Amino acid sequence: MAKQVQGIKKESLFKRKKRRGNKIPYLFISPFFILFAIFMLSPTLYSFYLSFHEWNGVGPKTYVGLSNYAKLFSGGGLFLKSMTNCTIIFFEYVPIMTLGALIFASLLNSRYIRFQGVFRTFIFLPYVTAIIAITYSFQYLLDTNYGMINLFLSWFGIERIAWLNSPTLARICLSSLITWRWLGYNMVLFLAGLQFIPPELYEAAKIDGATPIQSFLHITIPLVKPIIFFCIFLSTIGTFSLFDEPFILTSIGTSTGGGPVNATLSPILLLYNMGFRYLRFGTASAVAYLLFVVLFLCGLFEMKFLGGKR
Amino acid sequence: MNLKKGKKKRCFKKILLYLFLILLVVAMVFPLLWMFSAAFKVKSEIFHFPPTLIPKNPTVSNFFSLFKRFPFGRNLLNSAFIASSATALSLFFCSLAAFGFAKYRFPGRDFLFLFLLGTMLIPYYVTLIPLFIFYRRIQWIDKFWGLIFPGMANAFGIFFMRQYMFSIPDELLDSARIDGCSDFRIFLQIILPISRPALTSLGVIFFMTSWNNFIWPLIILKSDKMLTAVVVIRRLQAGPLWTPYGLIFAGSVLVVVPLIILFLAVQKEFIAGITSGAIKG
Repeated sequence: MAKQVQGIKKESLFKRKKRRGNKIPYLFISPFFILFAIFMLSPTLYSFYLSFHEWNGVGPKTYVGLSNYAKLFSGGGLFLKSMTNCTIIFFEYVPIMTLGALIFASLLNSRYIRFQGVFRTFIFLPYVTAIIAITYSFQYLLDTNYGMINLFLSWFGIERIAWLNSPTLARICLSSLITWRWLGYNMVLFLAGLQFIPPELYEAAKIDGATPIQSFLHITIPLVKPIIFFCIFLSTIGTFSLFDEPFILTSIGTSTGGGPVNATLSPILLLYNMGFRYLRFGTASAVAYLLFVVLFLCGLFEMKFLGGKR
Repeated sequence: MNLKKGKKKRCFKKILLYLFLILLVVAMVFPLLWMFSAAFKVKSEIFHFPPTLIPKNPTVSNFFSLFKRFPFGRNLLNSAFIASSATALSLFFCSLAAFGFAKYRFPGRDFLFLFLLGTMLIPYYVTLIPLFIFYRRIQWIDKFWGLIFPGMANAFGIFFMRQYMFSIPDELLDSARIDGCSDFRIFLQIILPISRPALTSLGVIFFMTSWNNFIWPLIILKSDKMLTAVVVIRRLQAGPLWTPYGLIFAGSVLVVVPLIILFLAVQKEFIAGITSGAIKG
């Protein structure tokens, strides 16, 4: 009770004055809402409207109902293809990258590894490099005739491999590029989470005779579970919004960037091609909306079934 | 005897661990080194098997040809101008809104903040087509405005700054008020200077995002003079059959190096900014 009284007394003069219909805070927050209305809300609504029309950017728009959406699901629509590609890529890299990031974070968090800062810096470095630049570097590394990877393989007597010409291999290359770039980012997230685990827990486990692997499985993993889910959640959004990487990596030989037999075609790449290559703004908007809805449902699903109580 | 053996074993394990980590570091740096080395190779060495990591006759001719084909100095300046003005404006408006949300009470505050968080759900690609059409209508194609303005409405930035401003004591603001300081001056002269660490964290993230941004400038900018450096790298690739790696990597080096330097300079703040969203959010 006494505490409460004190609380009221201590209530800031600043806040109290502001409670009487003051317009200043509204003035401060209004730029966000104005900008949001112009650059996000109205485009989002306009995109929805466009997705029911056929329009090449000039001339009249034709109302076509749901036909843009229907076309995406038909055989030639490529939308399903792009979603399948991203699903495959997701399962190719997310488990490895997330587990890897957690393992490296635990290693760098443990007391008997020195130069932790140096290691962390280097592992995080790929995240700050421009995707375009680094994707060309990967493309060149993977080059069939002049690439370094094929040179490595030739030391072991393995014939040259045309990495980016086979659907399966092209997807694996894309997955490794993504892993390379995002491993450090995820690791840093885990490192931040590991700070909150009291070291006494590990010491107690050690005294009880637990091996480091056992402590990892039974202490680390359960305690960073929320971060694992957060990483998976971010990776889901990231994978299905891929653009720069496939656009460049598989740009040789295919003018659309979709790679061999469209194996690395991503939904955003499809959207880009529809909108800015073929000027089918209606179809492109439909792609955007469909992807938005699918990802939204995915996010809800992940939060509900994986996230648990967070 | 037994003890010695255990020690040896542990030492061996440790060496193995370090080797593992060093291998990882090499894997992380290798694509960057590969890029750097190719930037200084002549064309015949780039398309040569077996490839070399250290150029046999290092040359800067790639850089010269790059600057001949594109006004690349101007392109780098464009990137710098867009990134810094977008960063400065976003930081200003984000912290202004964050100040409003953190230090005032007003009807509808909690609802508006929740709404603001909800806007983070809208993905950028939904606005790609309509904003392009909008910019074409108001003649913002081939201009920088379309790359600077939209980012100013940044919900994450407001969330981040608000979190930080909670730690600023109200008493400080009260005393300024009593001294007759206006609300806006309190913001400029007290809140902003105190929030410097948070502004640095957020600023680096904004700057990096804008500098490395690819799809927006790809769509909006058209003429060679207006392009950002990242888009020029893509433009160098003339067709699907010929990739001039020498020029591409020369450009890439100039795009990547400034950010690596920036990252190394403010690494601590940068990582703090990255992680705060995950831990608190």
